[in-house]
Amino acid sequence: MNYLDRGARAIFLAELVSGMALTLRYFFRPKVTLNYPYEKGVLSPRFRGEHALRRYPNGEERCIACKLCEAICPAQAITIEAEPRDDGSRRTTRYDIDMVKCIYCGFCQEACPVDAIVEGPNFEFAAETREELLYDKDKLLSNGDRWETELAARLEADAPYR
Amino acid sequence: MPKITIDDIELEVEAGLTVLQACELAGKEIPRFCFHERLSVAGNCRMCLVEMERAPKPIASCAMPVGDGMVIRTDTDLVKKAREGVMEFLLINHPLDCPICDQGGECDLQDQAVGYGYDRSRFGESKRAVDDKNLGPLVKTIMTRCIHCTRCVRFATEVAGVPELGATGRGEHMEIGTYVEKALTSELSGNMIDLCPVGALTSKPYAFMARSWELSKTESIDVMDALGANIRVDARGPGVMRILPRNNDDVNEEWLSDKGRFANDGLARQRLDKPYVRKDGKLAPVSWDQAFAAIAGRLDGMDGAKFAALAGDLVDTEAMAALKDLMAALGSNNIDCRQDGASIGEGARAGHLFNSTIAGIDEADAILIIGSNPRWEAPVLNARIRKRYLEGGLSIGVIGEALELTYRYEHLGAGTDALAAITDGTSPFAGVLKDASKPMIILAAGAVARPDGAAVLAAARAIAESSGAVRDGWNGFNMLHSRAARVGGIEVGFLPGASGLGTNAILDGAASGAIEAVYLLGADEIDMSRLGDAFVIYQGHHGDAGAHRADVILPGAAYTEKNATYVNTEGRAQRAQLATFPPGDAREDWAIIRALSAVLGKTLPYDTLSDLREKMTMANPVFGAIDDIIRADWGTFGEAGALSSDDFNSEIENYYITDPISRASETMARCISEILQGSAPRTGTDG
Repeated sequence: MNYLDRGARAIFLAELVSGMALTLRYFFRPKVTLNYPYEKGVLSPRFRGEHALRRYPNGEERCIACKLCEAICPAQAITIEAEPRDDGSRRTTRYDIDMVKCIYCGFCQEACPVDAIVEGPNFEFAAETREELLYDKDKLLSNGDRWETELAARLEADAPYR
Repeated sequence: MPKITIDDIELEVEAGLTVLQACELAGKEIPRFCFHERLSVAGNCRMCLVEMERAPKPIASCAMPVGDGMVIRTDTDLVKKAREGVMEFLLINHPLDCPICDQGGECDLQDQAVGYGYDRSRFGESKRAVDDKNLGPLVKTIMTRCIHCTRCVRFATEVAGVPELGATGRGEHMEIGTYVEKALTSELSGNMIDLCPVGALTSKPYAFMARSWELSKTESIDVMDALGANIRVDARGPGVMRILPRNNDDVNEEWLSDKGRFANDGLARQRLDKPYVRKDGKLAPVSWDQAFAAIAGRLDGMDGAKFAALAGDLVDTEAMAALKDLMAALGSNNIDCRQDGASIGEGARAGHLFNSTIAGIDEADAILIIGSNPRWEAPVLNARIRKRYLEGGLSIGVIGEALELTYRYEHLGAGTDALAAITDGTSPFAGVLKDASKPMIILAAGAVARPDGAAVLAAARAIAESSGAVRDGWNGFNMLHSRAARVGGIEVGFLPGASGLGTNAILDGAASGAIEAVYLLGADEIDMSRLGDAFVIYQGHHGDAGAHRADVILPGAAYTEKNATYVNTEGRAQRAQLATFPPGDAREDWAIIRALSAVLGKTLPYDTLSDLREKMTMANPVFGAIDDIIRADWGTFGEAGALSSDDFNSEIENYYITDPISRASETMARCISEILQGSAPRTGTDG
């Protein structure tokens, strides 16, 4: 009887029909794909994207050149040089991150005592040349200025869990 | 010898030690802030509390002398609790600014807070804030961080001998300062930075430059004076960031002079990094081959007697040995390492060494200082004399300028009259020297760099002999050099000998045309105008006087950039190590001379530094006894003669600029204007 059963299934294309039925079921379900880049997924406040150097609300840069991020960076992607600013405060004269070396581990933002260096939500910073991915202090500060609203919101959202 | 039990370890220790030191001997580390081995005991930080049997409370181990039968416990809960309490009190007023503090990473308070601190504060009130003091161009203060251990005060008063620092106010209002605000006038002020257990005193030139963990540390030798202080060169990349002293009880204990510590910024300025050849009156950068070709072209066929070489004050012995061999191969004996024309190095070896040794100062009971300002010529050695002076029973006489030397002395006269009075015994100090069991005569190298230098040397030798300063087991004749390369040059034999010309004869010969070419190996202190029309080859590391006059410049390495041997004023050969590489095309000095010798067709018989050192050791065993002293036998030196009536003057006119490196240093320039000329910004407390 076994061959009759198999023969009938083959003649009536049963497997095809069940496959098409599945397809039809998914046709009416909500879609899981996104129309990137017009649509974007939800990011955790802990998502580690492009770096930024933040400022205080009065415009003063937060970074105090303690070099803890440079020390902890496992990829040695950060280079800092410091000297006293004219008012005697400790500031960086150079803050470079090699975004090509960076492994986006987030240790730098964990080490930072003043929440100056953060990894923001931006992951769309691909560039055409390598050199564009060697970030200097100006670039990082301008990132901070551009993303500050979101950066502050992310830090606040994550604060209860720290 | 008292017997003491520490954590069930029984040991016998020397009487007079403190419990803290006994615990160290037992291998127990006791935390401390105010205690320091080389300073008096203050006992005010209370961090070193330990438990003693039959004592009602924990005791401060740094201030408690050991007694027989003491039973000490360092590991009980009570001890831990007591120390945690002390730490909590200390942290009440200490700011939490470790990330911006230069001491961060090498801070005693930070380290000990890990062991004894709580992770949160119970102190809700406001912390106190203290105004920062201006202590001059070298020491930066952030007085809010001060925990009042008073190490700096004790150092200034006891070791440096400038009682300028002190504490005002009591309790929470206590502040460390200079009473009226002014720059510290000590040549040892940098050591306070090392002593400060927190970040209250930090280095001003090094402020925010680097972190301790990113520096590569190289053990080396200081060349800013002839003491040969042991140093550690901290470099990051191509730059020397700072210089710190290393402990060596025989030489510098653990101190370092300000010039040795802070002149490092001069290593980055005015550097020669390319060979140059003078074309049409202007120096033009060329390749090594072209520079050598220019020299070979000029020296080709020249009679050796028309060629001369002078070695400078920062030159290593390897370079001098190589240049001496090259000059001999070219048939010239006209070599000299004494730019000032001092009459030393010709007689017995004892005549140019600090024979009593620096550690020997601790045993001396009478010191006669001739023509020297030890405070400027060797600040660390001067601190050693002061240390001996404070123990009592030391008489000091000075012939020369009457200067503030940080100890009391008898001023015997300014000129050679006083020297003669001691020689013939009419001066009462001659009797003091004679009665002393270990008398010392310290003769400055500058005092023999005058026309009657040989006679001064002979007079000093006569004093040493007549006062019995030279006897079995003690040699009280000492020459105090202030130039790091001088003793090394003499030991190498970079001297003209009987047949060659000395410095003055070379310069006269160059002026008259008898000398046609002069090789200046780092020699910058001579009067360049006396070189006349001679062809000048300058090999060195800084664009100083010599490079300006030169026809060919060969860029060499500074002392932090080469593996080299220096001999200090005691005759102790010590090795400097390469901490950074020479800039640009500059090379190690001996290698330049070796390369030049091949171009001149007189190839020197060594290809490596170890070959050269082996050859030097064969010629003079001093170079085989690294870090050691080979004692010199007594003999004749100097030449008795008429003494001129000129007064003795120290050879150093300005402590902060004595050589090409310190002349290029911005920090040293600031020291001159703020410390020597007193132009520090005036404040309200100036009145």
